[in-house]
Amino acid sequence: MPVFSYLAIPKSGAKETLCTELANLEHCRIMPADNHEVVVVVTDTPDIATEKVLQETLTGLQSLQSLSLTFGFDDN
Amino acid sequence: MTITIDRRRFIQSAAAGSAIAAAGAIFPGISFGAWPKVAGNTGVVSWQKTPCRFCGTGCGVLVGVVDGRAVAVKGDPNCSVNKGLCCMKGYHSVQALYGTDRITTAKIRKNGEMVEVPIQEALDLVAAKLKETRDKHGKDSVAIYGSGQWTIPDGYVASKLFKGCLSTNNVEANARLCMASAVTGFMTSFGIDEPMGCYEDIDHANVFITWGNNMAEMHPVLFSRMLANRKRRTNVKIIDFATRLTRTSQAADTSILFRPQTDLAVANAICHEIIANDWVNWNFVNEHVSFHKGKTNIGYGTEDHFAFTDQDEAISFEEYKKFLADYTPERVEKISGVPAKDIKYMAALYGDPALKVTSFWCMGMNQHTRGTWINNLVYNIHLLVGKISTPGNSPFSLTGQPSACGTVREVGTLTHGLPHGVVMNEHDRQMAAEIWEVPVANIDPKPTYHTVEMFRALDRGDIKFIWIQVTNPMVTMPNLKRYREGAKKDDRFIVVSDVYPTPTTDVADVILPSAFWIEKEGMFGNSERRTQHFAEIVKPPGEAMSDTWQIIEVARRLGFEKQFPWSKEDYIEKIWEEYRKFHAGPKHEMASYQVLRARSGVQWPFVNGKETRWRFNPQYDPACTNGKDFDFYGKKDNRAWIWARPYEPAAESPDSEYPFWLNTGRVIEHWHTGSLTRRIPVLHNAVPSGYVEMHPEDAAQLGVVNGEKVRIISRRGEIVMPAQINGRGVPPRNMVFVPFFDESYLINEVTLDAFCPISKQPDYKKCAVRLEKA
Repeated sequence: MPVFSYLAIPKSGAKETLCTELANLEHCRIMPADNHEVVVVVTDTPDIATEKVLQETLTGLQSLQSLSLTFGFDDN
Repeated sequence: MTITIDRRRFIQSAAAGSAIAAAGAIFPGISFGAWPKVAGNTGVVSWQKTPCRFCGTGCGVLVGVVDGRAVAVKGDPNCSVNKGLCCMKGYHSVQALYGTDRITTAKIRKNGEMVEVPIQEALDLVAAKLKETRDKHGKDSVAIYGSGQWTIPDGYVASKLFKGCLSTNNVEANARLCMASAVTGFMTSFGIDEPMGCYEDIDHANVFITWGNNMAEMHPVLFSRMLANRKRRTNVKIIDFATRLTRTSQAADTSILFRPQTDLAVANAICHEIIANDWVNWNFVNEHVSFHKGKTNIGYGTEDHFAFTDQDEAISFEEYKKFLADYTPERVEKISGVPAKDIKYMAALYGDPALKVTSFWCMGMNQHTRGTWINNLVYNIHLLVGKISTPGNSPFSLTGQPSACGTVREVGTLTHGLPHGVVMNEHDRQMAAEIWEVPVANIDPKPTYHTVEMFRALDRGDIKFIWIQVTNPMVTMPNLKRYREGAKKDDRFIVVSDVYPTPTTDVADVILPSAFWIEKEGMFGNSERRTQHFAEIVKPPGEAMSDTWQIIEVARRLGFEKQFPWSKEDYIEKIWEEYRKFHAGPKHEMASYQVLRARSGVQWPFVNGKETRWRFNPQYDPACTNGKDFDFYGKKDNRAWIWARPYEPAAESPDSEYPFWLNTGRVIEHWHTGSLTRRIPVLHNAVPSGYVEMHPEDAAQLGVVNGEKVRIISRRGEIVMPAQINGRGVPPRNMVFVPFFDESYLINEVTLDAFCPISKQPDYKKCAVRLEKA
């Protein structure tokens, strides 16, 4: 049951789109910054396979400029 | 709601907290209104305070415990050091408790193999071997080598046993490798150790100059406070003065590079410029400063039994000014590579009476064959302009370890030290003998071996028994091959107390399982004179035992029950209250055990219930008695000393055979030799292995690209490791940088064991190497 957190930086002017796209993903919680073009993303997936799919989806988002890992935990 | 669900929620909170902290470091002032506050005791998770143990900053953290297991960390909002912030090491710190290969049982070497034994049997063997060695080879054939990660009680009982009971000054700590030059700098300039200022200086200063100090990675929470100050105010600048480009350079307003070792010349040039422009604060200088010179051409300590004693001589201001005549900015530009205009710019910042200036340094100035001198020279600058001991005006020596100050400097766990003063001083010996209840004749008035010489003595056979606690010298000693081979010699007996297997446990004859950090009670002392207590928050695994209690057990087996009478229930309190007697008085009064338990750290001197923020200033410091605006009471002339110290070259500089400088150091993700942080998956995965940073043009010339192997060769050894080009750090041409956290790449087999003749601290930042494509 891996838990990860990331800092997501949207492409210029795409913060709102990015938030919408992220919010629609399962196993994904977001916290947009109030005063910067930055979004905190926390993921909590039930297993490695789901985690892998989610990571591929995240990195494939068109509105995403960059994604930086800030935390990782796995019960296993 | 079950405990499992709650635990999950807190892991998610820790994950969010890490991201928010990272965002805060990158974007000062960033705000997350949606961040739900997790405060107070939920009834499921209990939160207890402790200082973080992953650097010398002393951040207060709150550890969340569920079912006896530490599961979460958050910054302690009551701790003035970090005000609720943490860095990535702090947030993940508790995971270091739970590596799968924790040492939980004692082991002893039998027929060449390490076999598990009950810890009491191992302690019996340690005591017996110590006694046998001492009886056969003399009192100075046994030694203990500890650390700036020793708690204050750990270091105190080590000193009491070895110096007070066993009559040997063979007590050293790895802090010799990280801050001895800061100590001798303080002692020679002020006659008393540790910074006069505090972290509140960060909130008041207009200008920060980092002298060879990558604070963004090494002291990230303090660096965040600097960035926040700059964001909040309009007149704040950060000047990074360094030998390579780092994350600190990227965040600074100005980045100035100098050639290794030439900081000595630049500091003198800044003083030259201050005097030439009459920016001297004459009221301050006339009232509070005296001028001195010492010996020059003082050597580098590369030979066994090297000895040096400095001799000070008073000089006049005019003589000092004449000495500085060699250090015009234009001349120093040729030595240092720093443009004269940049030297003049820094001098103007120091010289502007409207600006408050704080200088920060750490290993860049301390790991230096003229480490004492460069500490003196930066104090010179602040003293000439009177920018010292007032809020925002601070020459500030940072430490790298959580208790380099608390345990090594204050308890005096170096060969010459005592909990108050030095072994050479009769009064100090008498005080120690009285408090320790030992005959004064027990305490030898002559220091023995500093760290490098201690390991040389082990190699030579002058030391036969050494007990190593909370440190990993078989990774950290410079010129490592010699010292590892010495430790492995047949008639040496090595005891290692640690929490994980390391290259140092590999050479051990006995391994003792140690309780780690919050698995025991203790105190640390941070860079700003702050003592921080932590309780036993979780139980240690298996037979793991605190390092303090291990020493007590051995002391009792040696017949010193009278000196070590305490019970397991309250030994930390009793030790603290005994130790505190050494520091009675307004110059160093320490808080009581009860006060330390209650607060998230207390700064000393702690007099009449009040902490001292700025020393030597009577507005803040109760030890000032001269009736003037400052009282530098550490020196007999009640003045701070300005030293004429020249530029002298490094012990080994690049030449045609070895044309590159080798510089070594750390990265933000890893703590020292990585034995803890490499067992934290997030940190390990972030930077999983060592590397050599190269300038892209040097890499192109050598024909290597990112990740390709490079052989680094010095006169002492060689190592092959992957190249990193245009990574987070970029050295200038003809320099390479290697972090030392990865025991797979023992870079210290390449480094040189030259040291500052005054502080005896080795220089890990400068030696000559050549490179080959591997």
